[in-house]
Amino acid sequence: MIPELGHFALVLALLLAAAQAVLGLAGGARGRAELLRATGPAVAGQFIFVLVAFAALVVSFVNGDFSVEYVAANSNASLPLFYRITATWGGHEGSLLLWALCLAGWSLAVALCSRRLEPEFRARVLGLLGIIAVGFLLFLLTTSNPFARLWPAAADGRDLNPLLQDFALAIHPPLLYLGYVGFAVAFAFACAALLAGRLDAQWAKWTRPWTLAAWICLTLGIALGSWWAYYELGWGGWWFWDPVENASLMPWLAGTALIHSLAVTEKRGLFVNWTLLLAVAAFSLSLLGTFLVRSGVLISVHAFATDPARGLFILGFLAVVIGGALGLFAWRAPRAAAGGGFAVTSRESFLLFNNALLVVALALVLLGTLYPLFLDALELGKISVGPPYFEAVFLVPMLPLVLLLGLGMHAGWKRGGLAGNGPRLAWLGGAALLVAAVIAAAVYGGIRPLATLGLALGLWVMASALLVLLARRLSGARLPATIVGMSIAHFGLGLTTLGIAGVEAFQVERDTALAAGEGAELAGYEFRLIGLRHGLRGPNYVATEAEVAVMDGDRRLATLRPQKRVYDSGGNPMTEAGIAVGAARDLFAALGEDLGGGRWSLRLQYKPLIRGIWLGALLMALGGLIAAADRRYRREAGEGAR
Amino acid sequence: MKRIILLSLPIALFVVLVVFFYSGLQRDPSVIPSPLIGKPAPAFTLESLADPRAQVGSLDFRGRPYLLNVWATWCGGCYQEHAVLLSIARENRLPLVGLNWRDERGKAQRWLEELGNPYAAVAFDGDGRAAIDWGVYGAPETFLVSAAGVVLHKHIGPMTAEAWQRDFVPRLGQAEP
Repeated sequence: MIPELGHFALVLALLLAAAQAVLGLAGGARGRAELLRATGPAVAGQFIFVLVAFAALVVSFVNGDFSVEYVAANSNASLPLFYRITATWGGHEGSLLLWALCLAGWSLAVALCSRRLEPEFRARVLGLLGIIAVGFLLFLLTTSNPFARLWPAAADGRDLNPLLQDFALAIHPPLLYLGYVGFAVAFAFACAALLAGRLDAQWAKWTRPWTLAAWICLTLGIALGSWWAYYELGWGGWWFWDPVENASLMPWLAGTALIHSLAVTEKRGLFVNWTLLLAVAAFSLSLLGTFLVRSGVLISVHAFATDPARGLFILGFLAVVIGGALGLFAWRAPRAAAGGGFAVTSRESFLLFNNALLVVALALVLLGTLYPLFLDALELGKISVGPPYFEAVFLVPMLPLVLLLGLGMHAGWKRGGLAGNGPRLAWLGGAALLVAAVIAAAVYGGIRPLATLGLALGLWVMASALLVLLARRLSGARLPATIVGMSIAHFGLGLTTLGIAGVEAFQVERDTALAAGEGAELAGYEFRLIGLRHGLRGPNYVATEAEVAVMDGDRRLATLRPQKRVYDSGGNPMTEAGIAVGAARDLFAALGEDLGGGRWSLRLQYKPLIRGIWLGALLMALGGLIAAADRRYRREAGEGAR
Repeated sequence: MKRIILLSLPIALFVVLVVFFYSGLQRDPSVIPSPLIGKPAPAFTLESLADPRAQVGSLDFRGRPYLLNVWATWCGGCYQEHAVLLSIARENRLPLVGLNWRDERGKAQRWLEELGNPYAAVAFDGDGRAAIDWGVYGAPETFLVSAAGVVLHKHIGPMTAEAWQRDFVPRLGQAEP
């Protein structure tokens, strides 16, 4: 009964989304008060029914209703309650339903928080969001119904993929989807501005906090995914350039470019067309990612469903939404006013560099991801583009980006100059290079050029970001939340850069075969296998756990407990790494195979500065949050619209 | 006019992209049979992974059926299929030949030490030349080569126990001399 209620709620949500689209767009075009007033309730209704559908699916999972095909495929009776709930989005159908819920949630938030926008503009935005919702709900109902019944019902379910039975990965998809779908709001704002022909700075001010909110979620989502891969896959790697990871990186790069170009458009009325295009691009890339992941046109280790009907539907949807928006852009954008000029060292030109470099990075990732597809379609053979390509080309735009960022933060609008911080920055730059060289030589025993440059760039951005705060503080200037947020986010980026440079250049790994009581040396520490415990019973798995003591001389520095788990539902054994976390380094051990004779293979790793990668991402998100909470968005957004 | 052309560029590019996607949907990359099926397997002679001075070549296995498995340490699918390869090797029906593709020798050697080595021999294809001859699309890929040196089947993506039973085992009879 409950699944049928969910199914029915989904149909109602589709009808309300259609009403939202028609009412919103017709109301926006005609300006009729009754249409405008009806749009908001349609949004609320759509949200409620999608929520009901989602709740129905969660309840089916919690109750273990294995007569529902999707539940039977993605959970089983021995799964702990927490993972039974998160299994709701563990497969294709549930992921899409979560996606629809995120979209409905964002739409409701726009409806509630934009009462002070012009009524016509607000109606258009909600109408455009309605079109996207119609597309997704139709997709769910026609090709990916999560409530389809299984007859006869399964006695027990197949189980949630054990890789997904993890806290970080349970909350990674919701954050990622909130980010992806959040860009739909910026997309709808841009299209509404194009439809209305209002291509001024005002829409940029309205769009900024929404874009930031989506970007924050996406940043956190990507960072969580990377962290999970590090401790769960047993490799100690943190980024694999898999098509699915690229699908999340591309909207992030476009979104990062967008939040920066929005600043220029808002403050100076410049780059209007470019900003509109980025707003369209950020969401288009989110959709493209969905298409790539769900249609099976690319082979990926993440590949979920390879159903041609699904691929065709998403492609059609993609063509309508993105094609429509870009067509609108080609038609309406020529009306936008050209802005004024700016000096070479002004903040405008630094932000222009930022955008150009981010878009180059985006294009390189897009090219690498789609290249196999192009060659195949042109009958030129089949190839695969691996991490070697991405690692080599991604640095090319990223190094100058980070270098210029340190200067750009201090540049003034229009006329340029570094607000009197020029000499200080020269000192900071020199000091960063010196400190990096000293760290590389003293701590890691060698000045390698690229590694030292990476460390120096990270330190440079962190120092420059602190200088922004300090210089303002000393001169007694005001410190608005946007500036504080900007500095924190950029400090975070510096920290991430530092972490990447440190771990990529100075990590040490070693594969060993140890018996109990034996030890192996790595990076000046002794990793000693104390013993093994077999048959540890978890809620739905049996684990073998090793106890590894990390010794610094005679002192026990840390105890690592890597596990190898065999889940009751079968399949390959899963590794659970044992990690001792530290600010300066992680010590990592993953348990391998039983080599016989009491010896086990162990992969030991020394990962300097790796925490910086995720801590930096957290700070970026925190900075975004502080900037988005700036009072002027709440105050002036409303007043400007009057 | 120039401005209009410039601003229409994004939609033009997008249309091209959609055409490619559409044609991509028509061809499932994992189903397309290799043009090599039924043809003689490409010859190769490469350095051995274990020892750069030794060589591994297609001639070493002449007169015997073998499985050629293309793998690399940077490939997640290879990690996934490794246990399946180990169990196939334990069945002892035919030798597995590894083609270590665009990899680093040290990493690849450690991989085998840690995870176990299912291969009778591993050829090191650092620059990917041999993989081009074999029409390798991406790692992992597995080819069944008969005793007469003819490619009988190609499996794209991680090897699974089901694929082994379904696609390979029935062809083993055909592969014998």
